[in-house]
Amino acid sequence: MNNYGGDLFTYITRRLIHTIFVIFIISFISFSLLHFIPGDPALTMLGPDATNEQIEALRKELWLDRPLHVQYAHWLTKVIQGDFGKSITYYENVTSVILRSLPISLYLGIIALGFSAIFGISMGIICAIRRATFLDNLISTFSNLGIAIPIFWLGLLGIYLFGYKLGWLPIQGFIWPSEGFGQSFLYSIMPIVCLGLPSLAILARQTRSSMLEVIQQDYIRTAKAKGLREHTIILRHALKNALIPIVTLIGVLARILIGGSVLVETVFNIPGLGKLLVNAAINKDFIIVQAGVLIISAITCFVNLVVDISYGWIDPRTRYE
Amino acid sequence: MDRCSLKPILEVKNLKVHFNTINGVVRAVDGISYYINEQEIVGLVGESGCGKSVSQLSILQLIQVPPGEIVDGEIFFEGMDLLKLKPYSDEMRSIRGGKISMIFQDVMTSLNPLLTIGQQLIEMLELHLRLNREKAKKRAIELLELVGIPDAKIRIDDYPHQFSGGMRQRVMIAMALSCNPKLVIADEPTTAVDVTTQAQLLEIMKDMVTRFKSSLVIVTHNLGIVARYTHRIYVMYAGKIVESGTSDEIFYLPRHPYTIALLGSVPRLDESHPRRLSPIWGLPPNLMDEIPGCAFRHRCLYAAQCENKSLPELKEVSPGHYVRCHLDIIKKDHEPFFRQQDIRS
Amino acid sequence: MLKKSKNRFGNLGYIFKVMFARKVVIFGSIIIGVFFLIAVAAPWLAPYDPLEQNLRATLQPPSRIHLLGTDELGRDTLSRLIYGARISLLVAIVVVIIAGGSGTIMGLIAGYFGGLTNTIIMRITDALMALPPIVLMLAISAVIGGGLKSILFSVGIVLAPTYCRLMCGQILTLKQSDFIIAANVLGANDVRIIIRHLLPNAFPPLIVLLTINLGTAIMFEATLSFLGIGIKPPTPSWGSMVMEGYRFLVKNPVISFAPGIAISLLVLGFNLVGDGLRDALDPRLRGTI
Repeated sequence: MNNYGGDLFTYITRRLIHTIFVIFIISFISFSLLHFIPGDPALTMLGPDATNEQIEALRKELWLDRPLHVQYAHWLTKVIQGDFGKSITYYENVTSVILRSLPISLYLGIIALGFSAIFGISMGIICAIRRATFLDNLISTFSNLGIAIPIFWLGLLGIYLFGYKLGWLPIQGFIWPSEGFGQSFLYSIMPIVCLGLPSLAILARQTRSSMLEVIQQDYIRTAKAKGLREHTIILRHALKNALIPIVTLIGVLARILIGGSVLVETVFNIPGLGKLLVNAAINKDFIIVQAGVLIISAITCFVNLVVDISYGWIDPRTRYE
Repeated sequence: MDRCSLKPILEVKNLKVHFNTINGVVRAVDGISYYINEQEIVGLVGESGCGKSVSQLSILQLIQVPPGEIVDGEIFFEGMDLLKLKPYSDEMRSIRGGKISMIFQDVMTSLNPLLTIGQQLIEMLELHLRLNREKAKKRAIELLELVGIPDAKIRIDDYPHQFSGGMRQRVMIAMALSCNPKLVIADEPTTAVDVTTQAQLLEIMKDMVTRFKSSLVIVTHNLGIVARYTHRIYVMYAGKIVESGTSDEIFYLPRHPYTIALLGSVPRLDESHPRRLSPIWGLPPNLMDEIPGCAFRHRCLYAAQCENKSLPELKEVSPGHYVRCHLDIIKKDHEPFFRQQDIRS
Repeated sequence: MLKKSKNRFGNLGYIFKVMFARKVVIFGSIIIGVFFLIAVAAPWLAPYDPLEQNLRATLQPPSRIHLLGTDELGRDTLSRLIYGARISLLVAIVVVIIAGGSGTIMGLIAGYFGGLTNTIIMRITDALMALPPIVLMLAISAVIGGGLKSILFSVGIVLAPTYCRLMCGQILTLKQSDFIIAANVLGANDVRIIIRHLLPNAFPPLIVLLTINLGTAIMFEATLSFLGIGIKPPTPSWGSMVMEGYRFLVKNPVISFAPGIAISLLVLGFNLVGDGLRDALDPRLRGTI
């Protein structure tokens, strides 16, 4: 009767293969960035002050004289072993640089996701059940603004208001909670709020429209006819169904959060992966750019994969496909 | 037909329900009054759009307000006027599902796709009968067996999409009767299923309400069902009741031109000579307009004989048999042709 | 849904009526209209030359002679804001046309030819869409080196895949419908089929996407300019103005605040109109675009 197990396995395998395929393509794109540079890649990376020896050394190290597919294979094999090469700007292994900055971005990103999910979904539910009231209009306006306001500007606003004028919060930097919980909290509030705001707005909007649609459904009328309490109907019957399209959003949100982290880390001077990437892009440190792009895409694809798979768990109707 | 007691459990007085749309006000239910007795099966018959579903949804206040609005009327049940209760008040909620329950037409979409049918049954039992999880599950399995779902013990953990339409409707029937309601309202319960399943479902419904000693209201446009299963029938047209009486009377001695035409439009196997199908020509009236006189006038076979342009009232033409017509008509056969001799006086 | 109309353009009137019945849509259109006017009339509106420096009046607060004050080189903030509108709108329109055009063509090709072409194009589309937009733009800008060309390229590459997916989906749906087989049997030319049947169906989501993407393009351009890899100073771009003002946040916050407000308003305007358009054309699209 229940062949959930068997079908799920094939489903996961299929999605996994698709994801790996996509990551492959991305890795190739990110690798070949180096070769779209007008002019000599090594020269561009080292800058005009580099000596000829330095340029030659770099060319040898990166196998730049070999054919493209050979270079790619070489790069790929090293990447799989965890070696991303040596950074031009940091005089150390890219791997260790990334291992320093990635956790910070992940930490802020996940908390921002949680923050935006809790508040965004709740606000969306409130809007749906109090439709067309003042509260609904207020929250809807607010969420429209939330996607229109540039995150970097919001950060500046926050720094000016809470950092400079009111002096409540530090204006830049980052501390891990293990180094001092209270301090860490103060340092993290503004970045997390700025990071989470667009996601919050999107979730609120989507929750609202999903809920509105679900509330119209016949099974909600049946639930009402059974004499259930209003909050049971909303939370148990309606929300579960409304969450399905929202879960899809998580993939989109992951991308927005990662993109946002680039800006937020720049504005608040947080040593995360985003800021690393921006500096690398400006300084033409392509080794880091390649590695960063690959890692970020892997994370995004992984999140999408998890979302796809959890679909089957959430909606029993899709389990039998 | 079994005898039933003559004690009314539900009395509807002058119910009026309007829908306020952008294009105007739709008078879906325009002043209907009826009653249901204990352990009675009553049929509510009419075309699509005549207001029969809306009237029943209003009893449990399931109408979307706005744009709907219960403008007037009283619905007496267990000594209370249901219309005076707030939709989510404790009293109303205890009545919904507990004392009055509904079976809906849309079999495919009336059950929550993300909850097992067990969960949907158990939540009702826990709420109204205050059973604990164990007892509720046992009772749920019993109910499923009563409505004829095979392997109920296993299937109770299945999801609605794993059942066929007929099976899902059986689940709805089980849900409707799970808490021993006094009254079950079935809104077009068989319209969405095939004919064989229709017969099965109706037998199950009749069986269940007899077993649980409930009354049943069947809302339908299918006269065949009504003929076989009901004690009494109300015929609705354009938001009003135009004829009411026992099933026998209505079938063998219909008195309203609409009922006559309706009965005449049904193809029958037992006719002496074959004839063409005879539909009722014309369209039902637009419920947004105020209709000054009889709403059925422009489709009535006897209209030429009727000079009274005012709205006819319900008249008792024989004990228990009410008709809303100016003319006094008796039709002893089911040939839908106009016959001068049908009109008395 | 669209009401039936004898005249092809009768529908248009109905769409506008539904759209503008909502106050927010009117509000959004007014915003867009105002900014457009500002952009077009910039040379006549701006009190000063946006590039003109006045080293004796640097970082002035708002006053009667400089309504929004001056920046660190004495340039009038208001004039820079006005010209910034011109640049932002111009760049956004060009980028969206390029991205929309190329994306649509790729989508049509993928859908029409199917098979291997379809697989290759759609996989690349998937890959491009899997990346966070800002990361992709950063990478491309690193390669090209910033400036207008960089913006056109990177924002274009980020926006094009959505059109590709949209049009490919439209063609695939079309391919499966019965009347295509009928049209083919009757001898209709493929191009004719595409024009007569595909475009009317694809039009609603396409135009909604275009409108919302105008706002997105403005946001992306501002982001890139803020990071220093977009429009470079001294050209006045809202994004680079915010960046320049960052250093002087304490002394003169207006330099950063004003362009941010402008960006927010304009993007909001496009979003509101895009939403209104989508709701008027086909509310079922809600959630998909």
